[in-house]
Amino acid sequence: MHRAFEAGWGGAVWKTIGAPVLNVSNRYGAWHYGGQKMLAINNVELISDRPLEQNLREIAEVKRAWPDRAVIVSAMVESKPETWHDIIRKIQDTGADGIELNYGCPHGMSERGMGSAVGQVPEYCEQITGWVMQVAKIPVIVKLTPNISNIVMPARAAVAAGANALSLINTINSIIGVDLDTLELVPSIGGKGGHGGYAGPAVKPIALNMLSALGTDPVVSGSQLPISGMGGISTWPDAAEFLLLGASSLQVCTAVMHFGFRIVEDLCDGLSNWMDEKGFKTIPEVVGKSVHRVSDFKNFDLSFKAVARIDQEKCIRCDLCYVACNDTAHQCIDLIAKDGSVVAPGSYDVRSNGREAAVQTRPMVKVREEDCVGCRLCFNVCPVENCIRMVEETSERPSVTWDELTQKQRDVTEDWEKMKAYREKMGIHIH
Amino acid sequence: MNENVAWSAEREVLKETLPPLTPHEALVEATRCLMCFDAPCTHACPTHIDIPKFIKKIYTGNLKGSARTILESNLLGATCARVCPVQELCEGACVLGSEHKPIAIGRLQRHAMDYVYGKGVDVFLKSKPTGKKVAVVGGGPAGLSCAGELARCGHEVTLFERRNYAGGLSTFGIIGLREPVVIALAEVQMIERLGVRVETQREIGKDLPLGDLQRNFNAIFLGLGLGATPNLGIYGEEHILDGLEYIERSKMAGPEMKVGKNVVVIGAGNTAIDCATIAKRLGEEHVTMIYRRTASEMTAYPHEYDFIKKEGVRFEFLAQPIRVLAKDGHVEGVECVRMSLGQKDASGRPAPLPVQDSHFVIPADQVVKAIGQEKPSLAARLNLKTMRGYIAVNEKLETSIAGVYAGGDCIRAVGAASTVMAVQDGKLAARAIHERLVGRG
Repeated sequence: MHRAFEAGWGGAVWKTIGAPVLNVSNRYGAWHYGGQKMLAINNVELISDRPLEQNLREIAEVKRAWPDRAVIVSAMVESKPETWHDIIRKIQDTGADGIELNYGCPHGMSERGMGSAVGQVPEYCEQITGWVMQVAKIPVIVKLTPNISNIVMPARAAVAAGANALSLINTINSIIGVDLDTLELVPSIGGKGGHGGYAGPAVKPIALNMLSALGTDPVVSGSQLPISGMGGISTWPDAAEFLLLGASSLQVCTAVMHFGFRIVEDLCDGLSNWMDEKGFKTIPEVVGKSVHRVSDFKNFDLSFKAVARIDQEKCIRCDLCYVACNDTAHQCIDLIAKDGSVVAPGSYDVRSNGREAAVQTRPMVKVREEDCVGCRLCFNVCPVENCIRMVEETSERPSVTWDELTQKQRDVTEDWEKMKAYREKMGIHIH
Repeated sequence: MNENVAWSAEREVLKETLPPLTPHEALVEATRCLMCFDAPCTHACPTHIDIPKFIKKIYTGNLKGSARTILESNLLGATCARVCPVQELCEGACVLGSEHKPIAIGRLQRHAMDYVYGKGVDVFLKSKPTGKKVAVVGGGPAGLSCAGELARCGHEVTLFERRNYAGGLSTFGIIGLREPVVIALAEVQMIERLGVRVETQREIGKDLPLGDLQRNFNAIFLGLGLGATPNLGIYGEEHILDGLEYIERSKMAGPEMKVGKNVVVIGAGNTAIDCATIAKRLGEEHVTMIYRRTASEMTAYPHEYDFIKKEGVRFEFLAQPIRVLAKDGHVEGVECVRMSLGQKDASGRPAPLPVQDSHFVIPADQVVKAIGQEKPSLAARLNLKTMRGYIAVNEKLETSIAGVYAGGDCIRAVGAASTVMAVQDGKLAARAIHERLVGRG
C-alpha cells in the first residue's frame, strides 16, 4: 500500500474484508491473444484470507501515514443486519475515508449468499444497503455486478437505500479455457476448475456500456450519485473514456497486477496532456461529457450515410478489406488491374514470380461507393492507420429515426410490402 | 544410401549461421503476419506456397499442418527455407516491407520444416500404385521434386544419381553456413519414404543409356544440372581450383581441406561469394575477389555482397586475370590487367575493356574460380534440341524427344538459375507426366 501511494496513486480500495475464508492455489487464469499476454485475467480468489483484526490495524496505520490519500475499505459479510453493523463500525474506527459494499464477486462468496448473490437481486441490494446506511458515518459506495441482465435495477435499489455512490463493474463470470493436453479446465485446482471473475482489457467495452446505462437512466442519473468506474482500465485513453461516460473516479486492478504500480505515472501524465490538448482544465469538466451522445437505435438518423474510401497512397494492398467485404459483407470492393479492368483474386500468370512481378502486377482495391452500405467492416480490418476513411455523404433523403417512422408510418415498420414501397419512394436500394 | 556420415566433417566456422527461431519467436513473428488475401508473397514465390496459410498454422500451433501446406507446393521446403533469396522473392513482396520489417518468411518456413524433420513426422501417405514407371535422372532439387510429386501420384519412380549422395547442389554446392548437408539429405530420405527408389552412382550416357530408360520406363525426367566451371583460357589455368569443388570440399573433406593464406577468388556471383567466405573462415589471412566489372554489375544478390564485405574480403574490381604465376607447382600470384567499362554488350551490361600497360600482380597462394557453370554437355549427346546451349523444352517441360521431360538449371536458358525454380520445374513436369500417363483428373 505504501509503495502504491509512493508511486502516485490517489487512493486505494482495500479489498475485501469480512467473512472468514480459505483460498486455493492456482487462483488466476489468463487469456492471451496473438502473442500478447493477459488481455484478460480470471480469478477464483476469495476475499482477504488474512485475519480481520490484522487488516483493520493495517488500514489504520496506512491512513495515518497517508492522510491526503483516499482509503476505501471493501466489505462483504453474511447477510444479517448485526454482522453488517459490526463490520461497518469496525471499518469506521480505522479512520478510513469510505466503504465499498462488495455485491459483485461472482464466484465462491456467492455460493455462500454473498457477493453477486446480493448484487443480482435488487431487493437484497436495497435491504443490505439500508442496514449499512443505518450506522454508516462515512461515504458508502455500492459496487455492482455485471452478471445481471439489467445493471440499472440494482443501481436504482442502491439509490433508493440511500447509498452515497456507485461503482462498477465487478468481474464477469467466465471460464478461461480447457487445457488440450490434460483436458482439465484452466486453471486446474487439483484437477477441478470452475467459473471465475473475468477482468482486464477485454472487459472494457462491457464496462463502458454498463456505465453509460447508469448515466442515461433518469433515476440513477437524477440521484446525482458519483460513480467510480472500473473494468479494463489500463491506459490513459481508457481512463478518459470512463470519465467521458460519467465516472468521476477510476479504479485499476488488472493492469497493476500485470505491470505494477508504476503505470499510474502515464495514466496521469497522458490524461493530463490530453486534457491540455482538448482545453479541459479540471476532471469535473471531462466527467460525463459524452453521456448525451449515448442513445438507442430507435433515435439514430436512418438517412445518415457514410461510405468507405481507400487512400491508394497509403494502401499496402494486403486485400484484407477485399476479403472481409466479399466474404462477409456487401461485396462492394473490387480488385482493379493496371489496365482498369476488374479482376478476380489470384488472376496472375502462375509462371510469373519474384518481387517485381508480385508487386508491380498487384491489383488495387477500390470501393464501389454506390453499392457501399457503410457497414465499416473494411475500416475495422484495415491495418494501416487512416488508410480507409468513412466519408460522410450528403443524404438525398430527409432525416428520420425509426421512432419517428413508427409514429408517422407504422405500417411501413410492420409490413414488408409497405416497406418495399417506402424504400422505392425514398430511393433506398439494398441489393 | 551410404550412411557414412562424411558431412560430420562440416567445420564449426561454416555451421549454419541463422539459429532456429524459438517457439516464442516464431509465434511473435507469425502474429505479425497480416494474413494478406491473395498474398503477394505467394505470387512472388516461384512454387507459390500459400504463405499466409502456413504462417497462420504456426500461429495456431498446427506445425504439422504448416509443414504440409509448404510441402504441398514445394517438396524441398527445408532447403528453400534456407537458400532462397527471400529478399528478391516472398519477403521482398511482403506488404510490411515498404515501411516496416517484412515477415521473416524463410525462417518461419524453416521453423515448420524443422519440426517435421526433427520429429520424424511424415505428412504425406503413400498413394495407390498406378502401375506406371518413371525414371528421373539427376538427384538435385528438380529431380527430387519431380520424383516426389510423381510418387505422390502413385507412380513407381526410380531416381538415378551419378554421385554418392542425392541432393545435387543442396548437398554439395551450397555453403554450410546456409544449408547443412543433413538438411539436404533429410529431404532425400523423405522423398525415398514417399516411395522413390534412389540409385546412386548411375550416370546417364555412361552406365545408363537413354535407350534403356526409354524401353523400361513410361516417361523420363532429366534434371541434369550444369557442368563444371568453364576454363578462363589463361596461362597457369591448371593451378586454379574449381569453385564448386571448393565448396564441396568444405562440406565433405573436413580438416583435410587445404586453404591458402592468401586466396584469390575469380568471379563475383553468389558461388564466388561462398568460395570467398570459405577461404576467409577456414584460411588465416587475406582473401581477394577479382571481378572485371564493378560492384554495380556483379551478379551476386545485394544482400550477399553486403555479407561478404562484412567478412573482411577485399575486392579488386575492374581486374581481368591473365596469368597464374607459379613456381615449382606452388601458386605465387595472379597477374591481372586493369579494365575500364565501355558500351553495353549482349548481356546488357557495360563491356569491360583492357587498359593498356596496366598489368599488375596480386600475390596469392591459392586461386579459385567461380564464373558460372558449363552448359549441359549431355544435351547434344542425347540428341536433344537445345536453346542457347540449354535443353529446349515446351510449355509442359517436354524435350524434343516425346516422353522425355527436363527441368532445373539444365533448361534455364532465360532467367537466373535457382533451387526454387528447379523445384517448380520438377513439380510442373511431374504434373505433365502424370497427365500423360493417366490422363486428366
